[in-house]
Amino acid sequence: MRYSGFRVISEGFFGNKGWTPAWRDPDPKPEYEVVIIGGGGHGLSTAYYLAKNHGITNIAVLEKGYLGGGNVGRNTTIVRANYFLPGNQEFYSHSLKLWEGLEADLNYNVMHSQRGLINLFHSDGQRDAFARRGNAMINQGDDAELLDREGVRRHLPYLDFEQTRFPIYGGLLHRRGGSARHDAVAWGYARGADQRGVDLIQNCEVTGIDIVDGRVTGVQTTRGAIKAKKVGIIVAGRSGQVAAMAGMRLPVESHILQAFVTEGLKPVIDHVVSFGMGHFYISQSDKGGLVFGGDLDFYSSYAARGNLPMVEHVMEAGMTLMPMIGKAKVLRSWGGIMDMTPDGSPIIDKTDVGGLYIDCGWNYGGFKAVPASGWCMAHLMATGDSHEYARRFRLNRFVTGHLLDEEGTGSQHNLH
Amino acid sequence: MRINCPLCGTRDRREFTYYGDAVYANRPAEGAPIEAWDDYLHLRDNPAGETRDLWYHELGCSAWIEVTRNTVTHEISATRLLTDRKKPAKRGKKT
Repeated sequence: MRYSGFRVISEGFFGNKGWTPAWRDPDPKPEYEVVIIGGGGHGLSTAYYLAKNHGITNIAVLEKGYLGGGNVGRNTTIVRANYFLPGNQEFYSHSLKLWEGLEADLNYNVMHSQRGLINLFHSDGQRDAFARRGNAMINQGDDAELLDREGVRRHLPYLDFEQTRFPIYGGLLHRRGGSARHDAVAWGYARGADQRGVDLIQNCEVTGIDIVDGRVTGVQTTRGAIKAKKVGIIVAGRSGQVAAMAGMRLPVESHILQAFVTEGLKPVIDHVVSFGMGHFYISQSDKGGLVFGGDLDFYSSYAARGNLPMVEHVMEAGMTLMPMIGKAKVLRSWGGIMDMTPDGSPIIDKTDVGGLYIDCGWNYGGFKAVPASGWCMAHLMATGDSHEYARRFRLNRFVTGHLLDEEGTGSQHNLH
Repeated sequence: MRINCPLCGTRDRREFTYYGDAVYANRPAEGAPIEAWDDYLHLRDNPAGETRDLWYHELGCSAWIEVTRNTVTHEISATRLLTDRKKPAKRGKKT
């Protein structure tokens, strides 16, 4: 079924009885050409682009819970292309271009809103770093504008410009940055993949990976054995456990990142704003809730809930930056399990096992990467070669020394 | 979360700085092969369950502590001074 404005209106006349489920609920077949482990944003977009770009449709996406129930359904929904290092730049630039055409491509409203992203800076040194980053973004072909203090005030008059501890010197404005509706991205890709013949199999946990003579032959699941010529591991925070089924140890440690949302408010924050000193970022959802977050809890965890010290820290940073939000009531908070790599950059690569591929290490930046990650992972799985935009996201770069440390914070999983 | 420092007793998590997996205490010898350094710096078992990691009692006695902790429940089952690693673990009060 194709969605359109006309369809919404005509269904309204007939009690909305004509809508059908957006995707099938098939039982797993005994054999597929490609099995994707993980039905999150990255897994679904990989399946979609395998079908759309490479004509491979004999695919199963195996999800142990429900589609999009992991990090793609619980994040702060920021979409941006403001990376600095060659290797990251072209990848995120490509991702943003895919975002810009995503709704027409998927025939699905992902509510992508290019409302502008402003990264604030609070010292001369930080201004120099942001000016350099902005130039790199422009060289890449994306957009960046350096705002001075008055420029920031025109966009964000509600910030506390009087406080002296972290005075606002200016900001880097990325007008094409913004946000999107997180669930809709997963649903749009799921529907698009399903329409092209991909089987989306939920409540199906992978319990083993079958390897014969160094080649993958299939997977064991809670719904029986499934044979496959190629298998992709795209399971974010659970990468360590699934990779262990294939005898691999990854340069990944799982950490908790908390995020928060307030009650619905009238429109008040028009941009995505990040605080350069407190690691705090905020935007307002279309429902009106303020969506914001901060740093990791800093210790490895699978608890899917955080601890209070980071809650306190995030609230303090928010109050330092924009005291006006002090009376908003926080409705809920949650903790996502982040697959942190030692350099803060992802991995899209083949493994030492023939036919087994891995896409992981998205740290806490995976949401904006969903389109390009699927695009490049699909290219890798279909052709056997890394896509040019993902050529630096190698599994062995930690041995060869070709690290991609965007923030320059060093080789420790919790510092990115 | 509260951590039982073997010297100071049970203290708030905010007094401690997390360093990382206990593998960081096993620094390879000078001239060790590059794979040993990769193991030490980058590769992790990353268990969902019991793990051992290093915490520094920064706002306390400045001791380095090896904490046995569950990554799913955040329960801490044992702590010991890093310098006591060769002795058997002392079971700490559950916190």
